[in-house]
Amino acid sequence: MNWNWNWFYRMGSPRWFYESTSRWLPWLGALTVLLLASGLVWGLAFAPQDAKQGNSFRIIYLHVPASFLALAGYFLMAAAGAIGLIWKMKLSYMVMKCAAPLGAVLTFLALFTGAVWGKPTWGSYWVWDARVTSMLILLFLYMGVLALQYAFDSKDVANKASAILALVGTVNIPIIYKSVDWWFTLHQPATISFTEAPSMHPDMFQPLLVMILGFYCFYAVALILSVRVEILSRERKTSWVRGLVKQATHKNLGAE
Amino acid sequence: MVVEPSLLSVKDLCFERDDIQVIDSVCLDVSDGEILQVEGPNGSGKTTLLRLLTSALTATHGDIYYQGRHLSECRFEYLSNLLFLGHQSAVKMTLTAEENLSWMVGRPIDCEELLAALDSVQLTGYSDMPCYRLSAGQQRRVALARLLLSPPKIWFLDEPFTALDRQGVALVEQCMQKHVDGGGSVVLSTHQPIAMDAVRRYSLVNQLSTGAN
Amino acid sequence: MISNMGFLAFLRRDLRLINRRRGEVASPLIFFLMAATFVPLGITPDAELLKNIAPGIIWVMALLATLLSADSLFASDYQDGSLEQMLISPQLLVMPVLGKVTAHWLTTGLPLTLVSPLLGLLLSLPTAGYLPMMAGLAVGTGCLSLLAALGAALTVSLQKGSLLLTLIVMPLYMPIIIFGSATAQYSIEGLAWSGPLAILGAMLAVAIALCPLAIVSVLRLTTIN
Repeated sequence: MNWNWNWFYRMGSPRWFYESTSRWLPWLGALTVLLLASGLVWGLAFAPQDAKQGNSFRIIYLHVPASFLALAGYFLMAAAGAIGLIWKMKLSYMVMKCAAPLGAVLTFLALFTGAVWGKPTWGSYWVWDARVTSMLILLFLYMGVLALQYAFDSKDVANKASAILALVGTVNIPIIYKSVDWWFTLHQPATISFTEAPSMHPDMFQPLLVMILGFYCFYAVALILSVRVEILSRERKTSWVRGLVKQATHKNLGAE
Repeated sequence: MVVEPSLLSVKDLCFERDDIQVIDSVCLDVSDGEILQVEGPNGSGKTTLLRLLTSALTATHGDIYYQGRHLSECRFEYLSNLLFLGHQSAVKMTLTAEENLSWMVGRPIDCEELLAALDSVQLTGYSDMPCYRLSAGQQRRVALARLLLSPPKIWFLDEPFTALDRQGVALVEQCMQKHVDGGGSVVLSTHQPIAMDAVRRYSLVNQLSTGAN
Repeated sequence: MISNMGFLAFLRRDLRLINRRRGEVASPLIFFLMAATFVPLGITPDAELLKNIAPGIIWVMALLATLLSADSLFASDYQDGSLEQMLISPQLLVMPVLGKVTAHWLTTGLPLTLVSPLLGLLLSLPTAGYLPMMAGLAVGTGCLSLLAALGAALTVSLQKGSLLLTLIVMPLYMPIIIFGSATAQYSIEGLAWSGPLAILGAMLAVAIALCPLAIVSVLRLTTIN
């Protein structure tokens, strides 16, 4: 007899999420701008040149954070889907739904910057390198989830179906990464590993760390913003959203 | 005096699909030897209600009790005692009437009993014919022949009269009467009035048209 | 209420159903042969070059053939209401689903494996490659069928589900195709090919354990609603 909890989750959460994020989203946004701006200036202007690659290596400051977030985003999406399936939380499905296009775009960004980087380094835009290939497959996985999400008429079915697909993908990702690694063992050693000391020079590494943090914040801001939009459109008939709309129109009229 | 718990009892059943309340607080009881007719306009959720009752769908909230016990405690027993006949009759076109019937009944059954059942739904001589050669009404009768062979206590029939002629309708009514006389229960959804005693009605209203949301 | 819900019951029933429509079994096979014929026409008839790409080509064709046949896995059961009846049976659905997938494998994966030497011949596969290729295909197509069934379950209620099925399932096939063609490639190069084959076997074991569970939960979702 736990329907009371269900009710709490389903009705209470989206509004709570919207209102609490309204309060601290500006701060997070400011932090994101600060981190990204300082990281970019530091990385692009002040970090030393690479001995072999010259200035072209600097695209690493976009490429690596984007790749990080692309993969992390998939797991976040799957985790949100799992929470939705288990606790029947609507908010969680909304997070999953919004994480899919965001992750796909980041994966594309990682692939794009990789290609741009590849031209001066490898002499070709596309090389069947293990990590590039894994990234491409990750993009396909994202596309599968997106395509499934939009294939169903019923939102509930679409949410649950894509949550299950995302979970299946999560089980598969380690297998895919290991297989592709095995398939193509000839690739650069991992740029950063948390278990060993960074192989990069600290002067190059520190701005990268700032950029990674900045990207994480950016991801959070972008995700929260799109979830807020989703909340407004899903809950548009409820009184609290109507109240918000009324307030906003009042403000606009007052300003004119 | 001890009150015998009714066969099937539903408390405050709700089902929500895409933020729309399809089934809203349905409470009903079905006792032994009773026929319950679920009626209502198109889109009022008759099929959804039957699917909730057969546990093919899970209710958003509300409880179903079978012989006084919560469904979660006696799911296996409940489902073993239940027969559901949906819009689609689960008749395989490439199989013959006999093969279909013996698969649907799902227990070892001797040939004569099968043929007798096909006889009584007026499919004498069609038993070896693949079902794609039969008419829609005849295919429906193959599925209905199940009713003659099924031991389950409680029947859920979703629009059982679709594609049937007058004779067929009478046949279904006969089957139901026999089942009810033997102590079984029937829950059916239909627009048609049924020419039987012992029918209790339960009306669903169209949730959308009443503006409930 | 269908109580004969065992693995064998469904395997037998599906095989009987497929047997009544034998043409459907032949189409993926014919596709498999035809598409492979196009490779020498499109690339080169040079045996030296073909020899190197033969395992990969055969595997890609097997994958496509499996995908082509996959959307019929649950389609007719969905349309005539049999799936709905399965869902309200008291027994667990895992065994019937496994039975259906096995029937699918017996009528696509296994014939593909048996026909593959013919393709090897057409694509001048070296003699050493035949046995490993067939062993790899026999195991790998099992994985292909299980994952295809998952895609079929996800798209069963959609009007134009078959293309979407392909989109969803293809990325998941990546490891299978890597280790599958590696099995044949290794043997051609004279290396021990039991390694990649063992990994394929491990993948099959994981797929047998997890896929039916996922398929059942998906079917509960997509069949009704």
